[in-house]
Amino acid sequence: MGLPFAQSVLGANQTTHPTAKAKAVIEIWMWGGPSHLDTFDPKPQAGADYTGPFNEVINTVADGMQLNSKLPLMAKQADKFSIIRSMTHGINGHETASYLMQTGRKPGDGQVYPCIGSVVSKFKGYDAGYKGLLPPYIVLTQPHGRFSEEGFLGPRYKPFSTGGDPSKDPFAVQGIIAQGITDARQQSRRDLLHSLDTLANAHPNSQAFKKLDEAEEDAYSMILGDAREVFNLADEPDAMRDAYGRNTFGQSCLMARRLVENGVRYVSINARGWDTHKMHFNSMNQKMPQMDQGLAMLFEDLAQRGLLDSTIVWCSGEFGRTPKVKWEEPWNGGRGHHGAVFSSMIGGGGFTGGHVVGASNATGMEVAERPVYPEDFIGSIYHNLGINPHSHLDNGRGEKVQLTIDSQGEGLLKELM
Amino acid sequence: MKAGTQKVATLALTLMVSLGQLLAEEQISSNAPAPSPAPSVDQIYHDSEWKTPPSQIDQLVFAELNKHNIVSAQPCNDAVFIRRIYIDITGTMPSGQQVKAFLQDPASDKRARLIDELLDSENFTDYWTLKWCDVLRVKSEFPINLWPKGVQSYQRWIRQQIQNNLRYDEFARALLLANGSNFRQAEVNFYRSGQGHSPADIAEIVALTFMGSRTDRWSEENVNQLASFFSQLKFKQTQEWKEEIVFHQPAPTPQQDYIFPDGSKISLAAGEDPRIAFTNWLVNSDNQWFTQSICNRIWYWLMGQGIIHPADDIHPSNPASNPALLEYLQNQLVNADYDLKALYREILNSRTYQQSSIARTDDAKSTALFAHYALRRLDAEVLIDALNEFGNTVENYWSPIPEPFTFIPKDNRTITLADGSITSQFLDMFGRPSRDTGYLSEREHTPNEFQRLYLLNSQQMHVRVRTSPLIRKLSQRATAKPEQAISELYLNLLARYPSEDEMQIAMAYRAKHLPAKTNNQQRANKNKNQAAAAEKKRQNNRRTAPPANANAIAIQDIAWALINSKEFLYNH
Repeated sequence: MGLPFAQSVLGANQTTHPTAKAKAVIEIWMWGGPSHLDTFDPKPQAGADYTGPFNEVINTVADGMQLNSKLPLMAKQADKFSIIRSMTHGINGHETASYLMQTGRKPGDGQVYPCIGSVVSKFKGYDAGYKGLLPPYIVLTQPHGRFSEEGFLGPRYKPFSTGGDPSKDPFAVQGIIAQGITDARQQSRRDLLHSLDTLANAHPNSQAFKKLDEAEEDAYSMILGDAREVFNLADEPDAMRDAYGRNTFGQSCLMARRLVENGVRYVSINARGWDTHKMHFNSMNQKMPQMDQGLAMLFEDLAQRGLLDSTIVWCSGEFGRTPKVKWEEPWNGGRGHHGAVFSSMIGGGGFTGGHVVGASNATGMEVAERPVYPEDFIGSIYHNLGINPHSHLDNGRGEKVQLTIDSQGEGLLKELM
Repeated sequence: MKAGTQKVATLALTLMVSLGQLLAEEQISSNAPAPSPAPSVDQIYHDSEWKTPPSQIDQLVFAELNKHNIVSAQPCNDAVFIRRIYIDITGTMPSGQQVKAFLQDPASDKRARLIDELLDSENFTDYWTLKWCDVLRVKSEFPINLWPKGVQSYQRWIRQQIQNNLRYDEFARALLLANGSNFRQAEVNFYRSGQGHSPADIAEIVALTFMGSRTDRWSEENVNQLASFFSQLKFKQTQEWKEEIVFHQPAPTPQQDYIFPDGSKISLAAGEDPRIAFTNWLVNSDNQWFTQSICNRIWYWLMGQGIIHPADDIHPSNPASNPALLEYLQNQLVNADYDLKALYREILNSRTYQQSSIARTDDAKSTALFAHYALRRLDAEVLIDALNEFGNTVENYWSPIPEPFTFIPKDNRTITLADGSITSQFLDMFGRPSRDTGYLSEREHTPNEFQRLYLLNSQQMHVRVRTSPLIRKLSQRATAKPEQAISELYLNLLARYPSEDEMQIAMAYRAKHLPAKTNNQQRANKNKNQAAAAEKKRQNNRRTAPPANANAIAIQDIAWALINSKEFLYNH
C-alpha cells in the first residue's frame, strides 16, 4: 500500500500550478451505468429487496474496504485503487449523465464541451510536442457515440477508434492492420498513387493538399512502421493473455497496458452493456467475472511493470442503478437509472489506493457524506496530470472558458493525493 | 438477424478473396513506376475558350478582379464541369455513362440544359434537404431534442418545400409563424431546435437562420429586443410521448412596444402575436438582412466561399468582398419572387462558377474575390455514398438513442438521412456536422490521419475494391482490352478520360505486375476458344468471387490509387 504523499504536496500553490504525477490515463467507461450496490458499494444489511441474490461482501487487502463478493480478484488488488462512494449529479438520462461525467458540465449553454480524453489530448498530445508512434488518444474498440468526444476543440482532438476485436487474432485495427495486402503491394500502390495524383500537381501550393499529404505520411508510418507491432497481442506470452481473460474486455485491458507502455496518453475502453433494466442479475453474473479478472490483472500488471505510478486508471459509468430491485414484470429483477449517488473507482498516477471516499446512505439511495461531483472527479484527474482544472480553453468562438466549473461541493479528491 | 448473416457472408467472401489474392500477390514487385513528366494540366482540365456566354455576375466579379489586377482562372472543360455540377447540385457523382454521353453531346447549350435537368432531379431535393437540415439542426437528441418522430415529420416537411421550390419568403414565414403540435404541424419544430426554449435561445436561432448573424456578437440590449418578439411563445407537453405544442400566449399587458433589429419600433395591442410583426419586418423586400443572408449562403454553398465569409457571421467588421455582387444577387432574388432555383440557375450558368479551380495567380485575395473555383473536399455523406455505390456495399448506421429509425433500407443513400442523431463511423470520421449549433463551420473538411488510414488501408476499402461490380467487369475486360478498362475506370471514378501520360503509367503498372506466364496462358486460352468461354461463364456465375488473377489485381490497384487521389476526394 503506497504511503500517501499527504497534504504537504498539495499546498495552496498546487491548486493553481499542480505538479504532474501521471503521464497517462486508462479509462474504463462502463456504458449504461453499473449498479453501485453490486460492485463497489455493497449493502448486505439493506436486505434482499436491495441486494437481490448478490448479498455477500468480501474483505479486501485494504483495511476498511469491502467489495461485493462478485469481485474476488479486485479485492486482492484493493491497495492499488480507491473508491468514491458518493459520486452524484442527480441525472437519470444516459446522454446528459454521460456528458456530465465526461465533461464535468451540464448541457445547454449553447456549446459542446470536450470530454476528458480530448482535453488530455489537447494538453498532452501533439500540441504539447507528443511524438508517439500512435495517436495520443485511443478508444478500444468502438467510438463512444453518446457524447461528442472532441466538442468545440474540433476533430484534431478526436480519438482514434481501433474497431476490430483484441480477443481475435489478428486484432484487425481499422486502417492499420489489413489482411491480404503485403507490404510490397502497399508500397507499390503508394508509388502508383503518387504518379497518378494529377490534380495535386496542378495545385502545388494548396494548403489543404499539403495537410492531406501530411496525414498520408502519418498514416503510412502506422501502416508500414513499428506502430502496428504495438497492436500485435500475439507478442504477449500465452500466460499473460490468459491472466487478463481471453475475452474482449480482458484483452482490451491488456491492449490498454501495451498502448500506455508505448506512450499513448489516454486510452478509453468502451465497456458496454451495463444498462441492465431487465434480468439484471443474469447479466451481472456474466459480465462481472470478466470485469473482475481484466481490471484486477491490469492493476497487478501495471504495478509490476512500474507503470502504475504514472498511469491513472479510472472506472465508472454515467450513473449507478436503482438500489431497490424491480421484481415485477416486465423487469423480472431489474434495476433502473440512478444518478443521485453512485460509485467510481480511481487508482494509480498519484492517487493513493486502499481508501474509500464518501459514503451513500444505508440503502444506497442518496449521498450520506462528502458528495463528489463530476467536476471534482474530473478536476482531480487533470490535477494529477499537471493540468490546472481552472485553466482556460478557447471555445472556438473567441471566448475563453474554464476547463471545469468551480466545485459545487468540497472540491478535488485531496484525500487521495 | 439479417445484418448478422450478411456479416458472415462478407467475412467468408473476404477470406476467399484474400486466399486468391495472396497467391497472386507474390508476383507483385515493389518497384516504383518510372517517374514521368506531369501531364499537361490545360489538356486535362481546361478549355481554351469560354463555352458559356458572359453574365451580369461575371461583369461584377471580373470588374472587381480587374481593380485588383488579378487574372481569373481558365474556363473549366466539360469533364470538370459535369463532375462539379453533379456533386454541387445533387451530392452524387455522375456515372461513367453519363460522363461519356455529356462529353459526346455536340450541343452548345448542353451545360445550361444539364443545370436545368439537375435542378429538377430527386437528388437535388435530397441533397439540399440535407443542407437545410444542417442549418435547421434536425436531430433527435442532444443537445438539440427534437425527438425521433419530430425529426421525421420536420425533415419530411422541409423536403417537401424544397421539392416544391416554395418561395423563400414563404418558407421563412411558415417556420416563424408556426403553431401547433410538433407531430402534426411539422414547422413548429423550428422553435424546438435550439439548445433551449427561452426567448433569447429562440432569438439566437432566428438571427442565425434568417439573418446570418450570431447574437453573441450583439449587445445584450439588442438580443433582448429581438427576444421580446418571442416572449409570448409557449411550449406544452401532451399525453402523447414526446409530443409538444408550440403556441402563442397573449401577454397580460394591454399594449407593448417592440424594437426591430434595425432600430425601428412598433406598438402592439395585447392579443397580437408579435411574431407576425417581426416576420413582416424580416421578409420585407427592403430588409437587407433577409436577402443578404440567403444570397450569401447560397453563393457560399455553390462557390465554397461566401461574399461575406463566413456566411453565417454577418456583422459590420466582416464586410462583403464584393458588395456590388451581393447587392445584385439580392435584387435578382426579389425580382424573381424569392425563387431560389432561379438564383442557383443564374450562379451556375455564370463563367465565374465555371472557372477552373487552378488559380493563375498567387495573390492572396484571389479566393475571396472569386478568381477561381474553390477546391473543397467531398462532404462526408457524398463521399460515403460514392464509395458504397462503387463497392456495392452498404453503410452500417447506428444511433446513440434507442429509436426504430436506425433500421434504414440498404439502398438508402446517406444524403437522404433525416436524423443528425443517426450516424456511422465513417460519417463521424469525415466531419459530418453534429447539428448542435447550425453553424456552417460544423461541417469539417480538414484532412487527418484517421481518415487517411481508412481510405488507404481499411478492411472496408479493401473489400470495396475487391468486390466492386465495376472492378469485376473491368478485370475481365482488361485481359483483352486493358486500355479500354483503364479508360472506364477514369470515367467512372474521375469523370474524365485519362491523359496519354496517365494511360502510359497505368499500362506500365499493369505490365510490370502481369507475369509473362499469365500472358502466355491467355494466348493459349485464345486458341481454345470454347474452353475459355466456358471458364468465363463460370467466373461470371460466381457472383461474389472475382477472378483473383494478376490482371484483376492490377486493375484493383489502379482503382485504389484513383480513389485515393486528390481528384477523387475533392470537388475541383
